[in-house]
Amino acid sequence: MRQDILNDDSLTFAEKIISIRAEGSEKVHHPGEITVLPADMAMAQDSTGPLAIKVFDEMGVPKVWDPSRIHLVIDHTFPAADEKVANLHHMMRDFAKKHGVRLVEGSISHQHLLENHIVPGMVLFGADSHTCQGGAVGAFATGIGSSEMAAVWASGKLWVKVPESLKVNLTGQFKKGIYARDVISHFIGMVGEDGGNYKSIEWKGPAVKALSMSSRACISNNSMECGCKLSVFEVDPATQEYFRSVNRKPMYEVHAGTKARYKDEYDIELDKLEPKVAEPGNVDKVKAVEEVEGTPIDEAFIGSSTNGRYEDLLVAAKVLKGHKVNSGTRCIVTPASRHVFEQAIKEGLAEIFLQSGAVFTNATCGACVGTHLGVLGENEVCISSSPRNYVGRMGAITAKIYLSSPATAAASAIEGKIADPRRYL
Amino acid sequence: MTGPNVLKGRTWVWPDDVNTDIIIPFRFKARTNDPVEMAKYCMYGFDPEFYKKVKPGDLFVAGKNFGGGSSREQAPVAIKYSNVVAVVAESFARIFYRNCFAIGLPALEVAGISKQVKQFDEIEVNLQDWSVKTRDGSVHPALKVPEFLRGLMREGGLVEFYKRHKSFPWEKLEAVPA
Ligand code: SF4
Repeated sequence: MRQDILNDDSLTFAEKIISIRAEGSEKVHHPGEITVLPADMAMAQDSTGPLAIKVFDEMGVPKVWDPSRIHLVIDHTFPAADEKVANLHHMMRDFAKKHGVRLVEGSISHQHLLENHIVPGMVLFGADSHTCQGGAVGAFATGIGSSEMAAVWASGKLWVKVPESLKVNLTGQFKKGIYARDVISHFIGMVGEDGGNYKSIEWKGPAVKALSMSSRACISNNSMECGCKLSVFEVDPATQEYFRSVNRKPMYEVHAGTKARYKDEYDIELDKLEPKVAEPGNVDKVKAVEEVEGTPIDEAFIGSSTNGRYEDLLVAAKVLKGHKVNSGTRCIVTPASRHVFEQAIKEGLAEIFLQSGAVFTNATCGACVGTHLGVLGENEVCISSSPRNYVGRMGAITAKIYLSSPATAAASAIEGKIADPRRYL
Repeated sequence: MTGPNVLKGRTWVWPDDVNTDIIIPFRFKARTNDPVEMAKYCMYGFDPEFYKKVKPGDLFVAGKNFGGGSSREQAPVAIKYSNVVAVVAESFARIFYRNCFAIGLPALEVAGISKQVKQFDEIEVNLQDWSVKTRDGSVHPALKVPEFLRGLMREGGLVEFYKRHKSFPWEKLEAVPA
């Protein structure tokens, strides 16, 4: 039955993975139906975890369902920026000790799970909206809140509604200075902030096979900015190669049927893209870099779970090499994980950042979420490779945030104003 | 702890795409686990003094995509502990909507509602009929929600539900059809 569902040519990725994993039955579940999924993994970080712990304790549940499947990650404000944060971090350490669950400090959760734990076909609930990044490897990975996380810790399962699906067909090749981030920014601009709300996005087409795992992770991660539930790349030879290299085994390889039904379909030709910048306030105010070039900036931030991987830091280093960060501008480079941090040091990127005058920090969410290491003051302007430019996101509510690829942010750091990265590549 | 079925109060009207960073900025919510403290930053992105202006029993009415962005449950918690009794919006972002039920904050999706209500209008939210009555007396049905979720909301959210039933509302759930 399970094999029949996997082979069914009429079903989307979401229909298949929910149907084969749903509790109690192996019938086909269609969009709009509600069912219950057992979790293979549950993750909470340091701004959702403490509330989940409080809820869990208030419920009076004595034991977690399976400590080996529960990951607590201290990433957002790591290391603690002040006493209040330190106390909440402590609460997580105490809970981890008491229940024997996994605890990691100092890597962003999504990158940590990608590097170490997630596999295709898995069901991952994460108390963080960008959990949908896990779709990059063909997993069911979606974000929830703290109380539902506490319920998952207690029972190992959660209700889900089967989403409708969108299909995006990627064709062509990247031109110089264009990256995965520009693809997803373009898409968000096209569909709007809620264009993917409750939906599962499937990334398909001939251009996918050339996308690295980092590029896929960037796209799946940043798909959250249109509200999606899932954002998926099916397992292909590149995925298989990735899992061979990290020595982990897929649970299931789920492929959407060729006759699957989509709510909408989109085409994106990579050759036609230019560097994209989202204007302050809303993630869907996406422009070509030419339209905002020259806007003076106080800070350039290169990092976050969207664009803080080695591949991103490499591009930023390429742009910054032999240049100095503009004297009126701070440039902050924050890797997404300890592993990326180490690699950046080993491969000489850290040296390039420091020589350019940039600040190279430990791995954390940091400036992305205005908690430490680059908080914006009144009326300051920032260009950032992080996913959100909302009012007050990175600090003062009068500050303005532009969003771009790491390359565009790095070029802007050099010029002290928004700049086209293609001049530096 | 089933509350009243009809919630009557004055409205705060918000635009489209009010995200969770506006509802409660990260740097405040990441520094407390106390809901009363969270409420002090409710709607901070629009008005840092909002918490002084809101009155118990007030309601929110918003445009589309209310609660977009992060998974932070502190956003609906800040609203609930501001003593705002329900949120009515043209649509909700996915995680925010789930969180509302999980913490027992009534969240009703009503097409076109933000055009029909003005700031500080009196409206009535009926949790029995799952509808909203505007000032002119017209009744607007909200998008239907499965009974297990409405029950969860009525019982005050997951903590209260679990304490009473020692199970979660979906544990005995047969698949709910579309
Ligand atoms: S880097 Fe930013 S978007 Fe990513 S998990 Fe951290 S706070 Fe969220």
